[in-house]
Amino acid sequence: MGASKPFRQQLRLLPVVPAVLLLLLFLAAPVLWSFHASFTNAALTGRNARNPAWTGLDNYERLLTDSAFPASVLLTVVFVVASAIVGQNLLGLLIAGLMTRARKPVSAVVGTAVVAAWVLPEIVAAFAAYAYFSKDGTLNQLLAGAGWSGADWLYAFPMVAVVLANIWRGTAFSMLVYRAALADVPQDISEAALMDGASGWQRLVFVTLPLIRSSIATNLMLVTLQTLAVFTLIWVMTAGGPSNTSTTLPVLAYQEAFKFGDIGYGTAIASMLIVLGLVFGIAYVRLLKGDKR
Amino acid sequence: MTTTERTARQAAGGRLTPPKRRPRSTPADAALLLIGACFLLPLLWLVLASLDTNAGYQTRLPEDPSLTNFAAVLTPELLLRPLWNSLLLSAGTAAVTLLAAVLAAYPLSRFQSRFNRPFLYSILCGTCLPITAIMVPVYGLFVQLRLLDSMPSTVLFMAATALPMAIWMTKNFMDTVPLSLEEAAWMDGASGLTALRTVVLPLMRQGLGVVFIFVFIQTWGNFFVPFILLLSPSKQPASVSIFSFFGQHGAIAYGQLAAFSILYSLPVLVLYVLVARGAGGSFALSGAMKG
Repeated sequence: MGASKPFRQQLRLLPVVPAVLLLLLFLAAPVLWSFHASFTNAALTGRNARNPAWTGLDNYERLLTDSAFPASVLLTVVFVVASAIVGQNLLGLLIAGLMTRARKPVSAVVGTAVVAAWVLPEIVAAFAAYAYFSKDGTLNQLLAGAGWSGADWLYAFPMVAVVLANIWRGTAFSMLVYRAALADVPQDISEAALMDGASGWQRLVFVTLPLIRSSIATNLMLVTLQTLAVFTLIWVMTAGGPSNTSTTLPVLAYQEAFKFGDIGYGTAIASMLIVLGLVFGIAYVRLLKGDKR
Repeated sequence: MTTTERTARQAAGGRLTPPKRRPRSTPADAALLLIGACFLLPLLWLVLASLDTNAGYQTRLPEDPSLTNFAAVLTPELLLRPLWNSLLLSAGTAAVTLLAAVLAAYPLSRFQSRFNRPFLYSILCGTCLPITAIMVPVYGLFVQLRLLDSMPSTVLFMAATALPMAIWMTKNFMDTVPLSLEEAAWMDGASGLTALRTVVLPLMRQGLGVVFIFVFIQTWGNFFVPFILLLSPSKQPASVSIFSFFGQHGAIAYGQLAAFSILYSLPVLVLYVLVARGAGGSFALSGAMKG
């Protein structure tokens, strides 16, 4: 053991190498390649596939002038805010809150139903949602039973359909986070507030929510990121249509790259998403750091 | 709060203090059941259509319920090969991920180093990378490196995408194994990796199981990655081969589609129940989320 101390300390880090190699080769490299390819006219087939030429900021200029991109950004924001930040988050909190008051078996059964939609393979969930919202699907049958005539949801209101489907699919995550958070809230604090005459709402707003605020922040961050990346659900249900009225950014990037064969433009859109993801990632890390004092 | 503290406190709370809870209320039960029904409704079609030989997208009770659809999809080409491919992909990915994660988590959990914090925070950042966003560049990269349509490279890619979360979870589970036991092994002359194998890993079996199943479920259900990276039908997993019920044979075979979906979903449902039962609900999640 003649090796010097610093060297031996370096040696201890050796087991990290396989993980680092995997991450560099399959995550970092595509990210870097994405930024590089977004400055070229790389194509799926043909001459530009073999020898892509450097085109500078052309793709990014096109992002700004192409009307599909701003529309897609707006749809993505609507999708994330409506289905993740409002839908999944509030519904998850509501379910977790109700579970603290409901009987045990009821909580268990309902918890399983909510989680089932989340554990299913995404393609199966997407087909189930497609069938549910289709013209003669379950939803319209239910509405007809109540005496209302439904709509052809997937064509007339594609965003409503995919937002609801994503709430159905993803609420389980928020529910599990909030169940764990609420289980950590000490019972006596809530009881003390009850003694002081605080109403149910006051206890929720002034006692419970401040106590679980770090869980709320973490959850918001994670569901936002998960929803930002949703592709399969939208692609199966509406394929981004009709006429791009439900094309969020992942769907747009896929279409440009694989349907129209423009890898350069597709990677430019992908790069914007990656940057967005990294911004959220850094914010998330700062949040956790602050959390640990 | 670490997982140990949490579980210890829950255990203590469960045993020492009498279960003094607010009275359970009926309105909350009713509201929950209503929500639960809404969540089950979209799955109703799946179950009913799978038993109906003339199924469409309408939800209705089958006139003549039978298992014909299940029998029809139970062929090597339609069901068994895709499921086998799914199994290869998922088990391979989970195994590679777990191996790399355990190796990486060990020094991060046991030795102080300047390298630890930046590494862990980049890992955490990596969990935030939207994977669907990198599929276009990954496709481009795979074309250039001639890795397209290869099972091993798809497994390695999926392992890399699962790795940030897996390292984070594994490290948190490993932190709960007390250091003193290992020090004893070191005293006896065991090297770091021997101590890891003989002392630490057996003690965190449950955590390792959670990580493995977590990655397995995620890979089993993944559609987009194999859809982009695996081209030949003989290599495609069930999530992609499901499209053979569309188009190719003309009309869509709704009943068979539903039956196939159910058979394809069952394994992950069973695995999830295993984890939830064995590890107590939010345990897996607490490993993932608490630092």
